[in-house]
Amino acid sequence: MTDKRMTADEAVSRVEDGMTVGIGGWGSRRKPMALVRALLRSPVKDLTVVSYGGPDVGLLCAAGKIRKVVYGFVSLDSIPLEPHFRAAREAGAVEALELDEGMFLAGLRAAALRLPFMPVRGGIGSDVRRNAPFLRTVADPYGSGDEVMAAPPLELDVALVHANLADARGNAALTGPDQFFDDLFCLAARTAYVSAERLVPTADLRQEAGCLHSLVIHRHLTTGVIEAPRGAHFTECPPEYGRDEAFQQAYARAAADPESWAVFADRFLSHPDEPSYQQAVDEFRAATREHAGGAR
Amino acid sequence: MITTATRAEICVVACAEAWRGDGEILASPMGAIPTIGARLARATFAPDLVLTDGLAQVIDGDVALGAPPDGLTVEGWLPYRAVLDLLANGRRHVMMGPAQIDAYGNANISCVGEWDRPKRQLLGARGAPGNTVNHATSYWAPRHSPRVFTAHVDVVCGVGNDRAAALPGPSARFHDLRRVVTNLCVLDFDPHDGRMRLASVHPGVTVAEVVEATGFDLGGAEGTGEVLTGTANAPTTRVPAPEELRLIRQVLDPRSLRDREVPA
Repeated sequence: MTDKRMTADEAVSRVEDGMTVGIGGWGSRRKPMALVRALLRSPVKDLTVVSYGGPDVGLLCAAGKIRKVVYGFVSLDSIPLEPHFRAAREAGAVEALELDEGMFLAGLRAAALRLPFMPVRGGIGSDVRRNAPFLRTVADPYGSGDEVMAAPPLELDVALVHANLADARGNAALTGPDQFFDDLFCLAARTAYVSAERLVPTADLRQEAGCLHSLVIHRHLTTGVIEAPRGAHFTECPPEYGRDEAFQQAYARAAADPESWAVFADRFLSHPDEPSYQQAVDEFRAATREHAGGAR
Repeated sequence: MITTATRAEICVVACAEAWRGDGEILASPMGAIPTIGARLARATFAPDLVLTDGLAQVIDGDVALGAPPDGLTVEGWLPYRAVLDLLANGRRHVMMGPAQIDAYGNANISCVGEWDRPKRQLLGARGAPGNTVNHATSYWAPRHSPRVFTAHVDVVCGVGNDRAAALPGPSARFHDLRRVVTNLCVLDFDPHDGRMRLASVHPGVTVAEVVEATGFDLGGAEGTGEVLTGTANAPTTRVPAPEELRLIRQVLDPRSLRDREVPA
């Protein structure tokens, strides 16, 4: 049986300049941040990133890794606007393909099902078309006169997703309240890498996952498995942990100003590996707690 | 209990009224006051409405805004994928918050300025294009001003009545703009020309104030194509009933989060 375990750095070493990378999760929720941090450490550039966007898009924009973003929104949820994405758009630094959320889903489905397009109503009459003139509509071939959008397939070279649980063979469980579109990202991609809070033997997967319906990432979809405890930090990964709101606030504050960002990046994004990042986060938390205690 | 309703409480009821008569569909409010409004509607005159915790759980019961998700009565699982399919199916009425909205209800939440290099990047189109061509849509604007109510929106995310009318064949048959609730008034659309018009002013607000705060001409009497002037008369938005006030203050929003959206 193929053992697909690898490090985050090994996984992203297979991402080449100019590739299209799909990133699972939603906003600031269950993002594969350990893999994103590995991308930040790597020399890769000119990526097209396809994402229901959050800090994954923001961090990759800030690091100059992105040529083009395909998105329905980019948000930190509790902080509505992603500061780095905003700055990149306002500087004209990234190309943007902004889709309706449902059209984005239709595009993922088209790619997953190997179809040339997927019909979807959302988008007609809106400026999604004005801003992306290559998009086409399609008339009902059965003659009703109905005309809808033809969502183009969002074909991915690589999908990156973060799971609660996985085995060494590349099966994974999404046990939180929303699985988002992670399985579709994997289906739409030529290669898919899944990081997970913890790895367990295949024989324990069903029991540990708690519910059969959570086992939605299958080994025939995945290329590599990366054990990454707290690998979604600072986004949420329920039921294991919620969003690190204090850290996210510090991130957003720092992003507002180049000097503060340099300090933040030096403290948190210059680490040679994930454990060293997590240690810096622990120190941040301890300092925050101490500060809060002192204020009382 | 003080029986005089605050402006925020009047807005809650005006939002709740948007879902009156909708039956057994998903109400998707965005923002504090629309959320309290949807919950109030279900607690009173729209008992069949389906509501979520804003995440993946369909919840039953009268729940306070900001209540922790544990301990709620869950009646279903509705992750985003199911919501995106449901909205295309049409059994949903959303209330969204526009950054800009024009006379025909074209709404922008994407960015302000030029598309290639916006002056201010906002959220992105989100689900607005799909929502507006698939099911009932209302809007909530807590700060009624000419910047929000503008003659020209920079990016049409939510499709307005003129755009929908221009779509070919039956493709816009599910398009259904209902009402726009603001901190000053309730607006709806003239079925004859699709233009926004004044439905009622909140108690204490004059028609002149609404005209002043709107960056385009509002429609006058139905079907006349006339323009609303500041000296015209308008109905007054209904005030909350005592039981509605009790529900808002004691059950649905005991922390008064509504006052952050519309200060007293």
